[in-house]
Amino acid sequence: MFANLILLIGITLMYSTPLIFGALGGVISERSGVTNIGIEGMMVIGAVAAATTSYFTGNPWIGFLAAGACGALVALLHAVASVSFAADQTVSGVAINMLAPGLALFACRRFFDGAAMSPIAPKLPKILGESGLAGTPFANLNVNVTTVIALLFTAIMWFVLYKTKWGLRVRAVGEHPAAADTLGIDVYKVRYCCVLLSGMLAGFGGASMTIAIIAQFTQTAISGHGFIAMAAVIFGKWTPFGAYGACLLFGFTQALVIMLGGGDFVVPSQILSMLPYAMTIIVLILFVGRSVAPKADGVPYVKGSR
Amino acid sequence: MFDAKMTRRTFATTMGVGALAALAGCGGGASEGAGDDSVKIEMVTDTGGVNDQSFNQLAWAGMQQLEADNGWEVSYIESKQDADYATNLDKAYDDGADLIWGIGFAMAEAVNNAAEQNDDVQFALIDGTNDNGAENLTGVLFKAQEPSFAVGYIAARVSKSGKVGFVGGMSSETIQQFEYGFYAGIEYANAEQGTKVEYQGQYAESFGDAAKGKSIAQKMIKNGCDVLYHAAGGTGVGMLEACNDAGVWSIGVDQDQAVLFPDYKTIITSALKKVDEAVVNVSNGIIDGSIVGGDNIILGAAEDAIGIAPTHDVLDTINADLYDETLALIEKIKSGDIVVPDTKATLDEFVAGL
Repeated sequence: MFANLILLIGITLMYSTPLIFGALGGVISERSGVTNIGIEGMMVIGAVAAATTSYFTGNPWIGFLAAGACGALVALLHAVASVSFAADQTVSGVAINMLAPGLALFACRRFFDGAAMSPIAPKLPKILGESGLAGTPFANLNVNVTTVIALLFTAIMWFVLYKTKWGLRVRAVGEHPAAADTLGIDVYKVRYCCVLLSGMLAGFGGASMTIAIIAQFTQTAISGHGFIAMAAVIFGKWTPFGAYGACLLFGFTQALVIMLGGGDFVVPSQILSMLPYAMTIIVLILFVGRSVAPKADGVPYVKGSR
Repeated sequence: MFDAKMTRRTFATTMGVGALAALAGCGGGASEGAGDDSVKIEMVTDTGGVNDQSFNQLAWAGMQQLEADNGWEVSYIESKQDADYATNLDKAYDDGADLIWGIGFAMAEAVNNAAEQNDDVQFALIDGTNDNGAENLTGVLFKAQEPSFAVGYIAARVSKSGKVGFVGGMSSETIQQFEYGFYAGIEYANAEQGTKVEYQGQYAESFGDAAKGKSIAQKMIKNGCDVLYHAAGGTGVGMLEACNDAGVWSIGVDQDQAVLFPDYKTIITSALKKVDEAVVNVSNGIIDGSIVGGDNIILGAAEDAIGIAPTHDVLDTINADLYDETLALIEKIKSGDIVVPDTKATLDEFVAGL
């Protein structure tokens, strides 16, 4: 029983980590008023960049940073289209989601002699070392270091958004860019920063899949994580800790599915697999209440227009 | 959030982008056959592409062998998405191929349709059936239970804890064949060795969720399993990773995964489907007329189309005789002494008869 509980916690943390990075990316972008449904695509790019860089440099930390950089690079496309050129943010995001898997596969084939998946790359460490707690009932609490980084980033983002001048500006730009503009805030600059940060975080999310949970890039490494992260943003009412909690809940239900499945239970595994999604909807309806987006979310800002 | 802002116009634009992406489906490289024979064979991959390190790649290896052996002209077309299958099959037809291979279960419907529409060309399909009885289509299936039986036998012999596990992708008849074969192999070893190795199985209901595969494996390891087998594609990658993390033996599937993942030192063997040899043999048969379309061919040990991985260095460190003993076991399947069950009913019968 006790060992089961530990395992449940371990799986929850492992499962939710990539989602948390993606969701934080969603929060920062949408708080500044730019809808980012390209999170999924940015995560895919991060995933391939992390595994490739880690493989060639032999250093997973460089891989992790490269994932952030490449995610931000893709986000730059989104920023240019949706901030500078006031294009429809949904279309730009969809375009990134379509572009990214192809680009990732292309890069993978380019680097690895046409193979559709990368070789095994060096992984980021676990918090207590590779074999910390091994053999004890606590082995599953030796989580990946990315799990801790995700929590750290959540706290930092909360602090920045709510306790600093810059955070106030981000929120102002997301609620009423024209008002912020008249007060001398450079709306474009703030939005660019936030979208780039968003891409970087999503890239980290991809990395936390391909150089922490598993140790290689595969075409299915990121499959839908970005979309679940987007749902977590809304679920968490566009706050860092809200999104964090939503991702944990999703990870927890997945862990529950794994713990319940496989035995002599009468519940078919197909039904069990619906649990995370069904539970998310139920919690959303019953406990979360009204979730209101930042007022200017998704609306391009054109200087001088009302 | 975005549904509210998804106006009709943006929706139309989005769909437009999608349609363009679909049109951009891709032709692949051709390798020119130098033979005087005018036979031309073309294969269409599923979305995995020709270097998928799985069945597409094996199929292409078989095609290249045909080129080397017979001097036939062979080429491939890669599908970038499901919508490309029909187009690519048409393209292969337009190229004037004598035989067109569709690779992978995902292509079954498209190949069935293409065979009906183009009845002057032969079609063959890996891992899919001829559903409508088209005279020019041969479905090629593998008895997945047979190699699974062999690795189940190995798992039970290797296990020290007396518990072994199986991670399935989506629960379907095809994947259950792996499970039942594996289970039967364990029970066979139990009967032979007088052991009581227990079996645990769980389905992830996904072929692409590595985190889920890893989680299920972690649970099984916590439950005391010390050998794990999978038939779960990308989900199985997570299982291999979990086994490597925990220092627990793992068994690969479809191809020699110890060669594919040389860094994982815990892979003791793999259950093989020899897609390459199937492509060679069936192509030869269709071209020389000994295989007439309109039916399905089910390949197993008797046709040498299944087996276990030739790499057995790690296995030898545990039990030096086990590899040869398992090969002998496969011979028994080949000769028909052992009929490996592939359904729940035949499995129960098999276990009761041990």
